[in-house]
Amino acid sequence: MFRNRRIVPALLLGCLLAAPQAGAEARYIVLASTTSTENSGLFSAIIPPFTEATGIAVRIVAVGTGQAFAIARRGDADALLVHDPAGEAQLIAEGHASERAEIMVNDFVIIGPAEDPAGITAAETATEAFAAIAATESPFASRGDDSGTHRAERQLWQAVDIAPQGEWYRALGSGMGATLNTAASMNAYVLTDRATWAAFDNRQGLVLLFEGDEALFNHYASLLLSAERHPHLKHELASEWHRWLLSEEGQQAIADFEIDGEAVFMPNARREDDAASGDE
Amino acid sequence: MPETDNAFQAALELILGLDPTLLGIVALSLQVSLAAVLVGALIGLPLGAALALWCFPGRGLVVTLLNAFMGLPPVVAGLLVYLMLSRAGPLGELGLLFTPTAMVIAQSLLVLPIIAALTRDHIRNLWDEYREQLHSFGVTRLRAMPSLLWDARFALMTVILAGFGRASAEVGAVLIVGGNIEGVTRVMTTAIALETSKGNLSLALGLGLVLLGLVALVNGTAYLVGERARRKLG
Amino acid sequence: MNDFCQPATWLPPASPTGEPLLRLEGLGFSHQGQTLLQDIDLTLAPRGRTVILGPNGAGKSLLMRLAHGLISPSSGHVHWATHDSGRPLRQAMVFQRPVMLRRSALANLSYALAARGVAWRRRRSLAMAALERFGLATLADRPARVLSGGEQQRLALARAWVLEPDVLFLDEPTSALDPASMRAVEDAVHAFHDQGSRIVMTSHDLNQARRLADDIVFLYEGRIIEHTPAQSFFHAPCSQLARDFLSGELLG
Repeated sequence: MFRNRRIVPALLLGCLLAAPQAGAEARYIVLASTTSTENSGLFSAIIPPFTEATGIAVRIVAVGTGQAFAIARRGDADALLVHDPAGEAQLIAEGHASERAEIMVNDFVIIGPAEDPAGITAAETATEAFAAIAATESPFASRGDDSGTHRAERQLWQAVDIAPQGEWYRALGSGMGATLNTAASMNAYVLTDRATWAAFDNRQGLVLLFEGDEALFNHYASLLLSAERHPHLKHELASEWHRWLLSEEGQQAIADFEIDGEAVFMPNARREDDAASGDE
Repeated sequence: MPETDNAFQAALELILGLDPTLLGIVALSLQVSLAAVLVGALIGLPLGAALALWCFPGRGLVVTLLNAFMGLPPVVAGLLVYLMLSRAGPLGELGLLFTPTAMVIAQSLLVLPIIAALTRDHIRNLWDEYREQLHSFGVTRLRAMPSLLWDARFALMTVILAGFGRASAEVGAVLIVGGNIEGVTRVMTTAIALETSKGNLSLALGLGLVLLGLVALVNGTAYLVGERARRKLG
Repeated sequence: MNDFCQPATWLPPASPTGEPLLRLEGLGFSHQGQTLLQDIDLTLAPRGRTVILGPNGAGKSLLMRLAHGLISPSSGHVHWATHDSGRPLRQAMVFQRPVMLRRSALANLSYALAARGVAWRRRRSLAMAALERFGLATLADRPARVLSGGEQQRLALARAWVLEPDVLFLDEPTSALDPASMRAVEDAVHAFHDQGSRIVMTSHDLNQARRLADDIVFLYEGRIIEHTPAQSFFHAPCSQLARDFLSGELLG
């Protein structure tokens, strides 16, 4: 028994000592981004070249857009990469963010059951498609979590003056992947970003039914947080990240990222000396 | 990581493939949960024993609260710790957010009430049995505490394992305070949540089976150690 | 209710200092409004074996616990003499159901020694000697809780033995035991007495009291009715209550 008594605490101590120390590598930044961006796999493509070029590691905290803004306001992240222009503007107006730059665009697509009961493949615009879904009261799965995707969805409903309510409209309060899972089992329509859909594995009876409308474009921006408001943040390192995203190297890395042979994000950073804008 | 249709196959491939990412996640999961249990036990065992041995005004309230906190939702615990460790919070200076240390703190909060409340129960029973004899020996309550904890060791082992189960099973707390950062704060449960959200259900389930196996291993080891000790000394 | 019977001719044998071992003055104990002991005045001589008798609920165990210091009285005082050397008297108690720690038999004894501050180097040899004295040496490493009732009670006595008590309290130590074990316990009591320990014991067994006692304290409904030498108690008890008790007519 005495031998056993010593082994267990020794094991525990060993475990603790081997635990990664909190500040072991100081050259890293905390980047708050969204779950859809992380789930797309983009970061696995663009972070390694950045780290190789600068020696700075990027720790990604992927949460809903609303939570990302909350984290930024509390000074818990060094930089942001989100896709909600309205929320970003507010963050700047409040003084939490000091710089904003558009870096890429992707688009939302409307997914639905292969039978397409609302007939949205025939629609000309996204708002028409949404109106058709509401009119036929076909099941619709919404993220309902104040994410960028959810905010975009709300804007579309507002555009056709519909406040979606009823059995057919399911506000799930979950991330993109979870919402897609539920939509697949409910055989419902769902608005999702192309990247997540491309990487999504559990499609069941769902197919891509509507795409291409400008209203569905999703603008991604990188934000730096204010050094005045949050002096403790790693501003130099974050600036390097920010500048790299805007650089040729960074933009190329974004363009090179593909899912199943398809480019998912379109780099569109505006250069200071570029008169013509790169975004659509 | 490989993707297959069958979860059991996925689990097997994960284990046999010894994928370094998986190993890292497994190691971190064990470190965080075991550390949380250690902290929870270091505080909870004496706390529970003290609550059993000493009367003081308000003891009933403390015990009731402790019992209630056994059911503290992990996500609430995570939120509370996040607000404390956030830069905008009281302990922000420590810079502990989004680190394994923060995860250990959050899980300790979940484990502590379980260990303390159940220890109190066991020690209370033992104290009722031993009280007069120990008093006769001239053993004070303070001096009796380690003796009681030792004598109750087999029951307390189960209590500690219950705490470990709670820690290794939860996802809400570590997700909020850790951020599920790849290679830094990603543990088994948050990895499972992530793969599920990506629609990789069979992989997620495979990871779940690996986690179950891990927990079973820990429990099995504890059981064997306990049985050997019991047979030797009772 | 009869008078407190103590024949004037009987005096406690004097101690070297002329001081009694234990003096209970006006002791009383109440719990939740119920008076369980009252007006307890008792003097015990330094040597001898006292057996406390009485029907169920008379307060025998309670009286012992008050004397030993396990409970505080509601009223009155407990005065203990000090040892000739000036140190407080060492006391030990054996209960009706022995309390065994969840350790080996040997460890139970070591624990008691540790509690009394004996250096850890000496504990093992002292404990083994005590185990041998009580015929438990072969059970030294056995978990104490798997021992039989008789073995456990002997272990409890060995545990008390190892403390070298000046006073040994025994609360109905044999009521749960078979005759052979009872005999072993009574032999142990003799051994303690021969070593110089003062014995204070309660019992239900009148024959056992006859065998062991030098003097009897007779309790009834929380009061001391008689405190007399054993011989005179059993042959000619001075109170009616005692007479009824001995004839088996007194109910608790």
